[in-house]
Amino acid sequence: MVSNRKVSALERKKEVLENLKRFGAEIYKQMMLGRFPQIQMPSRSIENIYYNPELRQYVLGNKTVRRSARNIRHIRPFTQLVWAAYFAYELTSQRKTSTLRDVYYSSQAYEVPFKDQPESNSIITDLETVIGFSREDFNIFPEERSAVFGDLTIEYTVPGYEGKRLNLTSHPDGVMIGPALTSAEFVKTSADKVIAIEKGGLFTRFIEERVHEKFNAILVLTAGQAPRATRHFIHRLNKELELPVYIFTDGDPWGMHIAMVIISGSANAAHLRELTTPDAKWSGVWATDIVDYKLPTDPLTEIDIKRLYELQRDPRYKDKLWQREIKTFLKIRRKAEQEAFSRYGLTYIVDEYLPAKLEET
Amino acid sequence: MAQTFEEISPADFFYRNRDIAGFTNPTRAIFTAIRELVENSLDAAEQIGVPPDIYVRLTLEGKTTHGTEIYKLRIEDNGSGIPPRYIPAAFGQVLFGSKYKLKQMRGTFGLGGTMAILYGQITTHRPAYVVSSTGGARIFMYRLMIDIQRNRPIILEKRTMLNKTGWRGTIVEFSLEGDYFRAMPKILEYFKQTAVMNPYANLTFVDPRGRLYIFRRVTTRMPPPPKETKPHPYGIDVELLQRLIQITDCKNMLDFLKKHFHRIGDNIARKFLEFAEIDFLKDPKKLTHDEIVHLARAMKSFPDFLPPDASCLSPLGEELLRAGILKELKPEFIAVCQRKPSTYAGHPFIVEVAVAYGGEIPRKNDFILYRFANRIPLLYDEASDVSFKVIHSINWRRYRVTPDMPIAILVHICSTKIPYKTVGKEFIADRPEVKKEILNGIREVARQLQRYLSKREYAERQRRRLNIFAKYLPKIAEFSTKLAGMEQPPDINGLLRSVEKLGLES
Ligand SMILES: Nc1ncnc2c1ncn2[C@@H]1O[C@H](COP(=O)(O)OP(=O)(O)OP(=O)(O)O)[C@@H](O)[C@H]1O
Ligand SMILES: [Mg+2]
Repeated sequence: MVSNRKVSALERKKEVLENLKRFGAEIYKQMMLGRFPQIQMPSRSIENIYYNPELRQYVLGNKTVRRSARNIRHIRPFTQLVWAAYFAYELTSQRKTSTLRDVYYSSQAYEVPFKDQPESNSIITDLETVIGFSREDFNIFPEERSAVFGDLTIEYTVPGYEGKRLNLTSHPDGVMIGPALTSAEFVKTSADKVIAIEKGGLFTRFIEERVHEKFNAILVLTAGQAPRATRHFIHRLNKELELPVYIFTDGDPWGMHIAMVIISGSANAAHLRELTTPDAKWSGVWATDIVDYKLPTDPLTEIDIKRLYELQRDPRYKDKLWQREIKTFLKIRRKAEQEAFSRYGLTYIVDEYLPAKLEET
Repeated sequence: MAQTFEEISPADFFYRNRDIAGFTNPTRAIFTAIRELVENSLDAAEQIGVPPDIYVRLTLEGKTTHGTEIYKLRIEDNGSGIPPRYIPAAFGQVLFGSKYKLKQMRGTFGLGGTMAILYGQITTHRPAYVVSSTGGARIFMYRLMIDIQRNRPIILEKRTMLNKTGWRGTIVEFSLEGDYFRAMPKILEYFKQTAVMNPYANLTFVDPRGRLYIFRRVTTRMPPPPKETKPHPYGIDVELLQRLIQITDCKNMLDFLKKHFHRIGDNIARKFLEFAEIDFLKDPKKLTHDEIVHLARAMKSFPDFLPPDASCLSPLGEELLRAGILKELKPEFIAVCQRKPSTYAGHPFIVEVAVAYGGEIPRKNDFILYRFANRIPLLYDEASDVSFKVIHSINWRRYRVTPDMPIAILVHICSTKIPYKTVGKEFIADRPEVKKEILNGIREVARQLQRYLSKREYAERQRRRLNIFAKYLPKIAEFSTKLAGMEQPPDINGLLRSVEKLGLES
């Protein structure tokens, strides 16, 4: 499923539109034959989600579910799904974008209202499963926005900006990873690596400290758990530009997991590909860093510890490094934030820690 | 001090004890007066098999010194009429009546109508006015008062008129003290329930405010009239035995039993006399007092008498009961059940039960209970009545029914002797035999109600389903047509029809 081939953003949109249309045509055909339309799609129930060690991500198994308009309990979500496909088709073909919140409200205009936001979100996830593309591909974006900064020139494909180019060092706050950037083509770069950072404060510090120049890096702010558009963006940087990816997070189970979702994805997205970057590296802050650099710390809470035990059993965490760090956390029972390096001065993290860690990982 | 003894007449007795006849206070009295006279009129029409037309008017005449009002009550009917020689006694003499027979009638004691007039006389000192004709050449008019001490009518005026139109019926008019506004809810309820039980009657009531209440008949069919019957041996007592022995002209016990008792033939008479060790040929008039007592006891304990037959009863019947409920209560659903005749203490009785649901039946916190005895509505002392107890002993959840649903339950008992607990004729005692019939009847109609409710629920579910499909299928058609880039949307009518026809996988 994962392709190394460079699919241009435009070709990808074409495929999305075709899939949406084929879905509609299939339902149309069944109804013209006087049948209740039905569809078959992979089951996303927990029993059908497997960790695939080769792909290094969660995938869906062979179980499928049938949704039939003949079934009283299915007909409403079925209708919502067909509507969502139509809505996505209109968005994508008119090259407009929307958000999950927008979808929720738009449905009311078509008299197929959702009862709440989770119901609407879950229909969009169904549509992803049926179409085989992630919602960003049919122009539905999340609210949260992350950013990128570094020497990468892109070319827009969105209406009004077609052919326009931008160098991602143009704005000192970084450039938002939104619909326009997600669908842009990569033109050229001088960078040789990608550094993903959990927190905005450190991202700004790195730009001020010219980390992008000193380390020849494209800097990506994940702003906490990376949104899917950002994960897909990192995936593209890795696959299309063949850049290695290093991830810096807080030194606690939650930071660890931010890195892991970028690397191996989440169970929630088992129906999707091209959101993961299996070769990306978690560079810190490790538990062993806390010990080695004598960082100021806080004690682990009960919830932190419970989470660590969960991660210890998670198949994505079976590698030696992860297991060692989990054990160390459990041993020292302490955690540290990225900002903890400031005790050694504002530039220490860039001058000392970063080079060492890039070396190490 | 020497005690004085005096004898009082029946009229005097009831005058002193008017409570027990239902003339407790001005509110209750006006209700009872209307009720007694309406019932006399219904009896009079039914007796000759004519659908009753009854007109009742109550007008205000003035106030008393103690805050109540004086009303004039007038009732007109199209019943049998009263032969002129009986008119004064029928209305001017307590315990005089034509209904002391063993057959089901509303009236029994020869008391009700006369007590109403007596009460009017006591409270207003005015005479009553009666006009009646049996449909013959003449109409008779009387103005009467009652000599309470002597229990005799006093005729103040008598007139005879030519009956040019062939009119038949009775008009009674008299004044009485009362409190209509307090009594009004019960009076209106009485008319409504009477209309339920008598769907073949036209009832008209003009109240003191001039309001007109009309309850129209929906049928002219009437229940078959009851036949007169002989006493059943299980219901006998020494008193009655002695009376029968006095009047009989039979010369031996075998003939005596066969002639005077209900359902005793030659065979059973012989068996019984063997059982009681009484000579077949003994002259009944020669029985000693002890022998009579022994005979009465033996009658109660002999196991092989046939049960009394119910031809002396006049239940309303399922069809008329349904018509009456439908016309007055306008429910959505009715189930009725007439139980087979049964007996208690030698008295035959029949229980009729109905349940009505929905429509104009109001929702209350409890089931609405309508009680009737010999087609008379019982409006007081509901909680003491056997039906009330039966209803509250049933586990209604078994029938998927709760008391907050709009449900009315109707129980009608008819018998030659209603087991009233009091002379006030308001509620029925807990006789186990009667209780059992009521219980079984209610169970039967409750089962029917349950079936109806679940059918309705199923239909409702089907309708909701169809609505859902009718709502969503066009949308699926619309959006898939657009997505597929087609012009002509698929026709979904066939799919909707199949939803209607088949029911669906759930
Ligand atoms: N409207 C009427 N038409 C014909 N006969 C009547 C009418 N009203 C009364 N009678 C006659 O007068 C008699 C006495 O009536 P009354 O109401 O006093 O007693 P009842 O009806 O026999 O018994 P109960 O005390 O139960 O009412 C009746 O038995 C009946 O023969
Ligand atoms: Mg009477």
